Amino acid sequence: MKNDMILRIVGKLLIPFILMFALYVQFHGDFGPGGGFQAGTIVAATMVFYAIIYGLNTARRVLPDWIVEAMIAAGVLLYLGVGFAGLLLGGNFLDYFVLDADPVVGQHRGIFWIELGVAITVCGVLLKIFYLFARRGPD
Amino acid sequence: MMVAVVALTHVRNLFAVVVLFGLYSFLTATVMVALDAVDVAMTEAAVGAGVSTVLLLGALHLCRSEEEKPAHKPWLPLAVTIGTGLVLVYGTWDLPAFGDPEAPIHTHVAPRYLQDGPRETGVPNVVTAVLASYRGFDTLGETTVVFTAGIGVIALLRRRRHVREDKNT
Repeated sequence: MKNDMILRIVGKLLIPFILMFALYVQFHGDFGPGGGFQAGTIVAATMVFYAIIYGLNTARRVLPDWIVEAMIAAGVLLYLGVGFAGLLLGGNFLDYFVLDADPVVGQHRGIFWIELGVAITVCGVLLKIFYLFARRGPD
Repeated sequence: MMVAVVALTHVRNLFAVVVLFGLYSFLTATVMVALDAVDVAMTEAAVGAGVSTVLLLGALHLCRSEEEKPAHKPWLPLAVTIGTGLVLVYGTWDLPAFGDPEAPIHTHVAPRYLQDGPRETGVPNVVTAVLASYRGFDTLGETTVVFTAGIGVIALLRRRRHVREDKNT
């Protein structure tokens, strides 16, 4: 579909807004529906959309394989890091109350970082699966 | 939804099956909205209807698009399915009525989450508060499951490519 002008232009127009919506879902998850899992999926879907319109190789130049693979691990490590940060600051594992002097602010901080970790891992895994499947031609 | 399911079992063209799966996922998402579970509905629409449809189409690209005729008669599996379904329906008779405020699930920890959650965490969305804070350890486990799934797919698909390269050389 590389030569379809309508798709290319509409894609170019829409992709920034879809990414913006993903960020909204990510950071507004405290107040409305949404959160890391949903935001990660939306980002991955955007990249899949991009790959379908502009070709897999273009997409893999935008987001190379090594970054995607690093994302898979980085999300889990970020999540674990928040857990150990709680330990180091004198609380329990995954205890957010100690992350800030004000417990409510600490909660916000903890939730923010672990949601980010979830989003990164989900996005990385979905993209990696898509890359691996799309790369294999019919044998 | 019933129409989608019946059509799913009858259609032999796999492309139509994938499209019907997407349709079914969207209908499930509307059911979740009707149950006021907007977070789940969002996930269902994004993962079930969006990404998994693309992944199934990617898999379809690798194989033939017509399903083979089944080699066996469907009567035994049908009987097993109906039997299991009847047992499950029998099991639901003992469940509390839908929306019953006296049901055990509503009297255990849910009131505490609802009453103290906004004050303790400052997060208005109770789903997020429970998911990320009270049940943070569970969510860590879920993230690890996703991580493991990704690693598994990488291990399976990558190894295959190396084997083929070895054969060529």
